[in-house]
Amino acid sequence: MKRLRAWFLAPTWTVMLSLFAAPLAIILAYSFLTRGTWGGLTRPWSTESYQRLADPIYLGILWRSFWIAGAATVLCLVLGFPLALFISRAGNRKNLYLSLVILPFWTSFLVRTYAWMFLLRDTGLINTVLQKLGLIHNPLPLLYNDGAVILGLVYGYLPFMVLPLYATLERLDRNLLEAAADLGAKPWVALTRVVIPLSAPGIRAGAILVFIPCLGAYLTPDLLGGGKTVMIGNLIQNQFTTARDWPFGSAVSLTLMAIVLVLLLVFVRRQEGGLV
Amino acid sequence: MKKPGVKWLAAPLAIYAVLAYLFLHLPLLILSGFSFNESRFTVWQGFSLVWYRAAFQNQQLKEAAWNSLIIAIFATVAATIIGTLCAYGFWKRSSPVLAGSLYMSLVTPEIVSGISLLAFYQWIFRFLRVQLGMHTVILAHVSFSIAYVVIVVMARLRTVDAQLEEAALDLGANEWEAFRYVTLPAILPGVIAAALLAFTVSFDDYVITSMVAGVDSETLPMVIYAIARRGVNPVVNAISALIVMGFGSLILISERLRET
Repeated sequence: MKRLRAWFLAPTWTVMLSLFAAPLAIILAYSFLTRGTWGGLTRPWSTESYQRLADPIYLGILWRSFWIAGAATVLCLVLGFPLALFISRAGNRKNLYLSLVILPFWTSFLVRTYAWMFLLRDTGLINTVLQKLGLIHNPLPLLYNDGAVILGLVYGYLPFMVLPLYATLERLDRNLLEAAADLGAKPWVALTRVVIPLSAPGIRAGAILVFIPCLGAYLTPDLLGGGKTVMIGNLIQNQFTTARDWPFGSAVSLTLMAIVLVLLLVFVRRQEGGLV
Repeated sequence: MKKPGVKWLAAPLAIYAVLAYLFLHLPLLILSGFSFNESRFTVWQGFSLVWYRAAFQNQQLKEAAWNSLIIAIFATVAATIIGTLCAYGFWKRSSPVLAGSLYMSLVTPEIVSGISLLAFYQWIFRFLRVQLGMHTVILAHVSFSIAYVVIVVMARLRTVDAQLEEAALDLGANEWEAFRYVTLPAILPGVIAAALLAFTVSFDDYVITSMVAGVDSETLPMVIYAIARRGVNPVVNAISALIVMGFGSLILISERLRET
């Protein structure tokens, strides 16, 4: 029995070791090398690439990534909570409403981001309509700024917030609400003092699921930020292409990985019914 | 008796939900709608298929779409087989280390996966006489699709009664036969659902693909991205609409299969 099971897992082990663990090990090694004259890698081994991260320019990019990802996460929570509450109270239509959240999510991320370029640009739909209505004379600069990036991230990852929130709200014991009402709690109080605190696990899971991909975002800041909104992802890409400084790019990548790992360890408690 | 809880919220919540669903769906619907616009500007001038014709006549787009299709098919088949076997292995007995590494691969930022694979390939190429191309892209796609397959198939396996296999073993089937003829048929809808999901994930990937693709393996998202970076283009609107419709149908089928 045990023998056969090993064969079932062997292909996945092979792929994970060769195409996930080994590549990470390579960039771990590269991050301690030095950039050669022609962009190659040379010895000596050094921690110089990591020290360069303390440069105010790079700290600035790190900070910017954190605040953009944080803003997107908060917005997802604010926008997603009422929606999750609505779905959890929808009776036998729950599955339909959930599918309606998931459907756009599985649609091409690239196309969804592009759709916002179409809406937000100077001659895009929003500016055209506002101008036709005579509300504005010159197009509003909606695209290529931090706001557009945050909007794109919220649009992209809102389902990551709604799903875990829905999962906790769904399991919420209705009797507790009854008890709150019996004890004289006003509906608003019941919502803020009972429902929201009890959905803390969902809030935590949703926040981490949204924050992590937002922090490492590359595509959204590039397309909607127009290259002006540089986040960690863009810095890494740049080091591996234009700047050709692989040691530094590797060091930034591993720093990002370390941040992701710490966030996971701190915020994700061992949950029932995972893969394990 | 007064109904307990937050009933007063029902009406405002419903209104909010309508707005939220509009936010989620309108951008794609508007983009798709305007792909039939005769004008290249955002003013409706009349229904036309001119941009679809232009898209289908574009040689670069056709080649890229073909490449994407081949890559997605190979990656999907491989990831589905590997991932299904893995989920089955987990179902028999958990393997926290492997499951943990699959989770890690899911939360690793795409740009990090992309550059680390690129660095890895370049390192390998010192010893082997190969170059970046379709094969490197396919391998990369297999590696990030497996986790999705494992999760979907695993969910399906949880609904399967393990005693069925034991019965088969008691009746003289060997372990492989028990898997092949008892459990696999029971989880087949989940396996197909996982394959459809893996297909869309592979077909859509830009970040990792763009790092590990060679000169002969430009994919559809790479061409779309290159055009989109220069701004909005009606031909991209048309392709986008096709992708939205194609992906939408695949996902709907996948969801259906998962519910059966």
